[in-house]
Amino acid sequence: MSLLQVDNISRDFGSLVAVSGVSMAVEPGELRAVIGPNGAGKTTFFNLISGLLPPTSGRIVFDGKDITNLLPARRVWRGIARTFQVTEIFPELTVRENLRIPVEGAAGYRLRPWLSREVAQEMAARVSGLMDMGGLREKADRLVGELPHGDQRATEIMMSLALKPRLLLLDEPTAGMGDQETYDITRLIRRLHREQKLTIVLIEHDMRVVFHLADRIMVLAEGAVLAEGTPDEIARNEGVQAAYLGKAA
Amino acid sequence: MGQINNKLAANAIVWLLLLTAPFWMHWVGGYTELGSRVLVMALAAMALNFLLGFTGVLSFGHAAYFGLGAYGAAMTIKYLVPSTPLAILVGVLVGTAAAAIIGTLIVKLRGVYFAMVTIAFGQVFYFITFRWNTVTGGDDGLTNWTRVPIDLGFTKLDILHNPELFYYFILFFFALSVALMTILLRSPFGRTLLAIRENERRARFLGIPVERHIWLSFTISCFFVSIAGALYALLNNFVDPRALYWGLSGNFVIMAVLGGMRSFWGPLVGAVIFVVLQDYVSSMTQNWESFIGLLFVLIVLFFPRGVLGIVRRKVAS
Ligand SMILES: Nc1ncnc2c1ncn2[C@@H]1O[C@H](COP(=O)(O)OP(=O)(O)O)[C@@H](O)[C@H]1O
Ligand SMILES: [Mg+2]
Repeated sequence: MSLLQVDNISRDFGSLVAVSGVSMAVEPGELRAVIGPNGAGKTTFFNLISGLLPPTSGRIVFDGKDITNLLPARRVWRGIARTFQVTEIFPELTVRENLRIPVEGAAGYRLRPWLSREVAQEMAARVSGLMDMGGLREKADRLVGELPHGDQRATEIMMSLALKPRLLLLDEPTAGMGDQETYDITRLIRRLHREQKLTIVLIEHDMRVVFHLADRIMVLAEGAVLAEGTPDEIARNEGVQAAYLGKAA
Repeated sequence: MGQINNKLAANAIVWLLLLTAPFWMHWVGGYTELGSRVLVMALAAMALNFLLGFTGVLSFGHAAYFGLGAYGAAMTIKYLVPSTPLAILVGVLVGTAAAAIIGTLIVKLRGVYFAMVTIAFGQVFYFITFRWNTVTGGDDGLTNWTRVPIDLGFTKLDILHNPELFYYFILFFFALSVALMTILLRSPFGRTLLAIRENERRARFLGIPVERHIWLSFTISCFFVSIAGALYALLNNFVDPRALYWGLSGNFVIMAVLGGMRSFWGPLVGAVIFVVLQDYVSSMTQNWESFIGLLFVLIVLFFPRGVLGIVRRKVAS
């Protein structure tokens, strides 16, 4: 059974149809890339899956249950975590605090007025583990807002991972990054996919990254699915080349 | 490490000054009741700042719950039982219950809209006390009652006639409230509030039920402000509708911003400046309001982090 199944979903903004009848099924453990030119509706598609926007029509099923009308926080509780195209973090808190909030939240301590010593240590250990994984150890007590763009992106990804998600949505994680940072993030995503078997849907404009990582690729253009298949199939697809890859290469 | 030591030192200084205030106040031209007033206003401003500084939500209607605490306490003594502890209890219950109900109606609003609706609800309570003459005394206020000495069994605390004792009585509630706020702000729950202040969208997409937590923060904040209100009525042995007026809500905001709303002790510093200035300046000029207004504008323009924000930067560099 698919972990995520999107059925014929659409979203209008006034007369603009940003997403038009898109369907997608993502299997457990799959890494799916979503590509397409600017304005194709990729981010809007994520907004529908994560609950930031309600769809105009269509249905979203996660782990066999209809989540079309659930509030965003409840989708998070079901296991859907996301990052944003424009980084969303807590700028005036330290890296450690940025990670501590989702770690404690995922452990069910959101309303706790205090934690026992053991639990606090356990939480701190989880935060440390995440900082190590994201290469943020040296910056643990710096304010995130003062760190370079790459570290902010890494922090946001680690915050999402802190939720122990079953599905991770990444919206252009390498946007605005240099070569080294892009390489680091790519390696991190690959590790999450290969070692932790995390199910990931990735919007990405860097084709090297996409073809390196993806199990399957979905191409959006003007809100609709232009093509869908393995990286090889997509590379050979003439419609995609004409509409998109030709320009990007 | 240095930062932690600074914090400890700051806490030690604050508590030392507060504990010894009745002994040195008159040397600097103060008097004990002025110290008591500072404590009450500081508690109100810190309560407001729980919401403003640590949740990022601006309320311009906190005087309503301050005033309900005050009327609750005063009316209990005047009409029900001559007991100071019971008066405080009733005042706090009334203020907190009203906040919990109003809170459910406004948690979806943000920014200016939230602030404006809190003013509107606050004014509703103001007009009720203003108009309901027979019970509240209307414009003249609720008079002919006083706080009642406390009988502990083995000894009697005459908080009515001994101003120093009453100062420590207020300090006791202040310390209790501050301890509770500290615990809350350092807890996982407190961190969810910071998360909402920092970035509501991120908070939501980390699974924090933002509305529920803002409601909790608002209600907790009003719980503490109604404690301040109850103490305020007891301090004056009097309460009138100005205790609920939105101008007073504005004063709480000014105190928090003046002192520094990102610092835990900021509103206390703001309250000291505000109450002491009010005391001195209003005895010299009629234009007290414009004076504090001008000071406020200057602080916001040049030191957006408030007085403690400046001190902190000096210490850090
Ligand atoms: N909240 C919104 N209100 C109005 N129009 C929007 C909104 N979000 C996206 N759009 C429009 O929908 C289209 C798709 O945008 P988006 O999903 O961001 O594309 P992509 O992520 O593929 O670049 C664009 O034309 C964009 O201007
Ligand atoms: Mg986009």
